[in-house]
Amino acid sequence: MADIRPSASIEAVESGLAAQGYIASRQIATAVYLAQQIEKPILVEGPAGVGKTELAKAIAAWRGMKMIRLQCYEGLDEAKALYEWKYAKQLLYTQILKDKLGEVLGGAPTLEAALNQLHDFGDVFFSKEFVEPRPLLQALEQPAGCVLLIDEIDKSDAEFESLLLEILSDFQVTIPELGTVVAVAPPTVILTSNSERDLGDALKRRCLHLHIGFPEQKLEERIVESRVPGISQTLRRQMVSFIHEVRTLDLKKLPSVSETIDWARVLVLLQAPELGHEMVKDTLNVLLKYEADIEATMPQVSTFIAKASRQNVFG
Amino acid sequence: MRENLHRFFRAARGAGVRLSPAESIDAMRAVSKVGFTDRTILRDTFLLTLAKTQDEKKALGDCFDLFFDQPEPQSPPEDGKPNEQDAQGSNAASDSPGETSGGDEQAEGLGQLAQMLLAQDRNQLSAAIANAASAASLSDIRYFTQRGIFSGRILDQMGIQRLRDDLDNLAATNPALAERLTTALDGLRGTVRDTVSQALMLYGREEAENLRNEILRNAPLSRIEPRQVEQMRHLIRQIARRLRERYSKPRKRQRRGHLDVRRTIRRNAAWGGVPFLTAWKRRHRDKPKIVALCDVSGSVARVSDFFLLLIHSLHEVVDDVRSFAFSGHLIEVSDILESKSPEEAMAEIMSKVGFGSSDYGSSLADFEDEWMSAITPQTTVIVLGDARSNNLDPRADIVRRIAERSKRLVWLNPEGRMAWGWGDSEMPRYSTFCTVVRQCATAKQLERAVSDIVASYQ
Repeated sequence: MADIRPSASIEAVESGLAAQGYIASRQIATAVYLAQQIEKPILVEGPAGVGKTELAKAIAAWRGMKMIRLQCYEGLDEAKALYEWKYAKQLLYTQILKDKLGEVLGGAPTLEAALNQLHDFGDVFFSKEFVEPRPLLQALEQPAGCVLLIDEIDKSDAEFESLLLEILSDFQVTIPELGTVVAVAPPTVILTSNSERDLGDALKRRCLHLHIGFPEQKLEERIVESRVPGISQTLRRQMVSFIHEVRTLDLKKLPSVSETIDWARVLVLLQAPELGHEMVKDTLNVLLKYEADIEATMPQVSTFIAKASRQNVFG
Repeated sequence: MRENLHRFFRAARGAGVRLSPAESIDAMRAVSKVGFTDRTILRDTFLLTLAKTQDEKKALGDCFDLFFDQPEPQSPPEDGKPNEQDAQGSNAASDSPGETSGGDEQAEGLGQLAQMLLAQDRNQLSAAIANAASAASLSDIRYFTQRGIFSGRILDQMGIQRLRDDLDNLAATNPALAERLTTALDGLRGTVRDTVSQALMLYGREEAENLRNEILRNAPLSRIEPRQVEQMRHLIRQIARRLRERYSKPRKRQRRGHLDVRRTIRRNAAWGGVPFLTAWKRRHRDKPKIVALCDVSGSVARVSDFFLLLIHSLHEVVDDVRSFAFSGHLIEVSDILESKSPEEAMAEIMSKVGFGSSDYGSSLADFEDEWMSAITPQTTVIVLGDARSNNLDPRADIVRRIAERSKRLVWLNPEGRMAWGWGDSEMPRYSTFCTVVRQCATAKQLERAVSDIVASYQ
């Protein structure tokens, strides 16, 4: 225990992700480090747009691995997530091989002998050639390992969760006709969830649970800096503190990091030198996605701008 | 250190974080990777591996701070009372063996505890308290009533008996020293009490909360004291959340394994009936449809609050709920309940129809006139009320018609069965038409009733 320097390795993760344009908080970096060390999936929860999916992309880019993404939705089943028999191909092959089969079985005097001969061929039509691998199976078959992103797991059914358990804990799947497929190199698994429904305990138990909330002001400024390089420091600071003020309101959908970045891009495009009253009012629809939210924020805009610029002077 | 980790896991369970052995093993593995050197990393590691929800993360974070946050023992002590010392810091204390410098020549021949107290050695004292605490298995503490017992046990372990003998002897020979020792002993008592209180906070919280919830759950809603109302609301909200989690699963599901022959043949007609595309049988479930009628008159005023709260939560669980409130007449309150927070909605409903004297007959007539069409053969009708109609015409015929139109008619009555039919209660007349009649006076009964209703649609 004495020879490891965890803080150094965690910093390495942090800087590695930063090189890919993903500014991670200490907790995120710790999670990524631990996931690699004890080979566990990370379950990332948090509001929409705080960079849950981005995290997986950044890890894949940083480690130079392929990213395989499985988007979950209601009604997703193993045929679409895990593997499927190429049914049409099987049918086609039986049609083509019909004559061949006749030849093979032609010599058999009785039905029983024919059956026995058929058994000798084994399960020709249930072999690897006829399996169509879907994202989960693909992830296990990557020789160099990969980042498997299971996006919005909360959208899928509870049954699908149970299907994932085997993969998450042992990195293997069992296909009844073929046997168990074990991962060549254990993939780094990231699951994301918007907490639309509560996930089962069994699934949660197998994962490291990471909650990404809205970042602190300093961190968010760094994120904007890395994502929108053209923005001036004054404007950056003002807009981030403005957004932090907006987040204190009781809104239907709070602006998250992705909205901050979008807004920063818009402001740069419009060549705003600093946060102005009119400018904010015109571009508020980038930040807020509901009419009611915009109406609720409108009267507060001047106060927030004043606060933001004051903070800029003193902070 | 492993011992400490185990104690921390127990404390975490006490803080309401559900930990399975598998999770603690994971946490151990993770900790062995990150080590103990950096405390923020250690904290993050625990939060990542042990806590599984946002609430749990907060609880665990607080627990971590309480558990590992020890004021470093200060030496030399300025005053004789080591009272802010806590015993949980055994690891810090036992690492640095205190120096028994004696100090007083009169201390010769005294017991170990007395010497320690006179020497004012905080490190040694807190280590001794920690040892005594673990010998008295302090982490088993569950209820606040056990505080006395555990304090006594710890003091016994530390050798208070010997100290008393010493005190008796000294009182005769050296009164000044005896007085110093008495003050020090008071300080020690205080420290031990604090230690036990902290342990109670760490290990006993969950039990105490469970006990309180259990009592509340079975308490009659009508006789709840004002100070408990807030807790009760909290409990009902918990119940509602549980119901929602259990029943808000998607309703449509494909069933693989049962081939729908008819649809398969039709779908593959283009290929001459060769089944390229398969169709599987699906199971349909009825969507819950609920019509709730809630009595808010003066006679049930104390429970109607909770009824409305529960209906409010029903609106969150089930899509198709229409709710009505009545006392003298009946109005629809679905919109109010759907758009406002529970407290606001309840205040508004009460100001519109609340606290009148109830007239079931005319309220039912109102319902039949305007909203009878809301009831379909899939609807469950829930009536929450005591069926006390002030001797006015009960209009049981309308209840019969409601029962005939609906899938089920459930009547939840806050009064006990004994009271039904006495005085102006019309319950027996109504109950002949109801599918289910239940007494519903406690939060537990309320939960059961609603859970049964929603479950019948699964």
